[in-house]
Amino acid sequence: MSKEITGTTWTVYDANTLTQNEIYGRVLCELGEKHPEIVGLSADLAKSTKIGIFQEKFPNRFINVGIAEQNMFGIAAGMARTGLLPFVSTMAVFASMRAAEQVRTDICYQNLNVKIIATHGGVSFGPAGTTHHATEDIAIMRSFANMTVIVPADGIETANAVRAAVDWPGPVYIRTGRGFEPNYYTTEDYGFKIGKSVEIREGTDITIIAMGITVLQAAEASDFLKKNLGLSIRVINMHTIKPLDEEAIMKAVTETRRIITFEEHNIVGGLGTAVADVIAQSGKGCAFTKVGFPDVYSEVGYPEDLYAYYKLDANGIIEKVQEVMQKDFEEDENWDDEF
Amino acid sequence: MALTNDEYIRLMETAKKLRHEMVNITMEAGGAHIGGGLSALDIMVVLYFKYLNIDPAHPDDPDRDRFVLSKGHAAIAYAPVLAERGFFGKKLLDDFNKFKSPFGMHPDANKINGCDASTGSLGHGLSIATGMALGARLQGKKFRTYCMVGDGELNEGSNWEAAMSGAHFKLANLTVFVDRNMHMIDGPVEKIMGLEPLDEKWKAFGWQVIQINGNDVKQIADAIETAQKATEKPVVIIAKTVKGYGVDFMENQTAWHYGSLDSELAEKAHQSIDKVYAAMGA
Repeated sequence: MSKEITGTTWTVYDANTLTQNEIYGRVLCELGEKHPEIVGLSADLAKSTKIGIFQEKFPNRFINVGIAEQNMFGIAAGMARTGLLPFVSTMAVFASMRAAEQVRTDICYQNLNVKIIATHGGVSFGPAGTTHHATEDIAIMRSFANMTVIVPADGIETANAVRAAVDWPGPVYIRTGRGFEPNYYTTEDYGFKIGKSVEIREGTDITIIAMGITVLQAAEASDFLKKNLGLSIRVINMHTIKPLDEEAIMKAVTETRRIITFEEHNIVGGLGTAVADVIAQSGKGCAFTKVGFPDVYSEVGYPEDLYAYYKLDANGIIEKVQEVMQKDFEEDENWDDEF
Repeated sequence: MALTNDEYIRLMETAKKLRHEMVNITMEAGGAHIGGGLSALDIMVVLYFKYLNIDPAHPDDPDRDRFVLSKGHAAIAYAPVLAERGFFGKKLLDDFNKFKSPFGMHPDANKINGCDASTGSLGHGLSIATGMALGARLQGKKFRTYCMVGDGELNEGSNWEAAMSGAHFKLANLTVFVDRNMHMIDGPVEKIMGLEPLDEKWKAFGWQVIQINGNDVKQIADAIETAQKATEKPVVIIAKTVKGYGVDFMENQTAWHYGSLDSELAEKAHQSIDKVYAAMGA
């Protein structure tokens, strides 16, 4: 049994014994004590999404609408209009597609204070197959005006993100995995701030921009390549996809001249696309590659096998980074001739 | 009888005045969903001028009653109702549909004082209203939530998710009007995608059903007072209405779901409205 979590500091023990979504459930309980306006909603996935932990503690502040995601997000909008702060949890694939119009029109258009904790993001529910994979959700959610999009690296960052979302105005979409993902962080005191990325490895040869489960893998790849090939690889944990930390991206463009993005998402419209937008609009070129699902529907399998197959694990990252290191581009100090 | 004679006369005068205004706005705006606006108007008049616990001086009062116009295209009726009730000046309606106006075909709650929800995409409002009714209960508040859906709108499956949940959560503080005007864009509702037996459907979903003539302010008032006494079930008022009510050449005409008026046609509409109300002694 894991011990009760008190205060705001996570111990290594907690991090290693609780899954990402269990941590979410517990943090929501802790927030529920301080914020009587917080209510929880789920669509027959209270157990799977771990919002059920909140339900156990605050049974009168929890609504299960049955298997009806459209109704759930509409109800959340109505509740927010009466001054409540709804936390809504279902699988990312249903939050972003089955109820996309309710999220867009009822919540984002009205700019309501609804927090969506979308679990089972990417291929984290691997064996369930494409119907339960969410590989388009970031693209969809970041195209909704007023929406903030966060993909925490692990359970500890999820705790930080959920806490930060309470004080962040307007709708927030937080995408987590299934809950069995290993942690990168061992403490939550690293200065998490919505919209501000975290440089977890310094480097000058190339920058890896990662989100979600690829953060830990990128760190491991960076360490491996430094030790074995002497490569200096910067790793950025881009936990907030919107608003995007453009400053960190431009710093990488000018300082490392090579950028590679890793995301558990279709390469169309997600993290890589968002980063590419920033680079393209700056007029300053650099070697650039985005890695994710190459515009395909993902295969069935255990997540770790799928991450390996789609080059999102440490081995895949090592391989892709070396490819980008070979990429040819005009690498001079004079930006002027590139306009 | 829920209404005194004075109240009845006042509500009839308000409805008549607003029908004239709707005709004018439709002409100036270059077009509007006037058919479904005219069918829905009387219900909104009775709610806003008799029953809703609201104060235009405090439009954000957390204890106010709520109204969600799920058939958002009836904004052509809703906006003049809110203006007449004192939420904003009538002058604002001159720019209906125009560049950067707060008033388009569908209401935007963040731009319109007194509007409780942005609507327009059909099948959304009943869930929002359900959330408001739940919000009242969870916060121990006494306010009531009213919602109006179109009959064609009930083709959208999300309404029935909401209907299921309203009964499941025993939301007696929620009242829904179905503006049963029998017409949708492509033709008669029963021909395009039939709803009958509509009362049986709602009953099967666990709702208390009241059926009225939805253009008769007395019947509307009686139904609301019955709904306010509900203790266990949410109430649906299936309001049989006439699409285009009050303007003879629009009545029961599918084509007048959306239409525009030139000054000549508008004049005919004004005359028809006067005639209809004169016949009712108003």
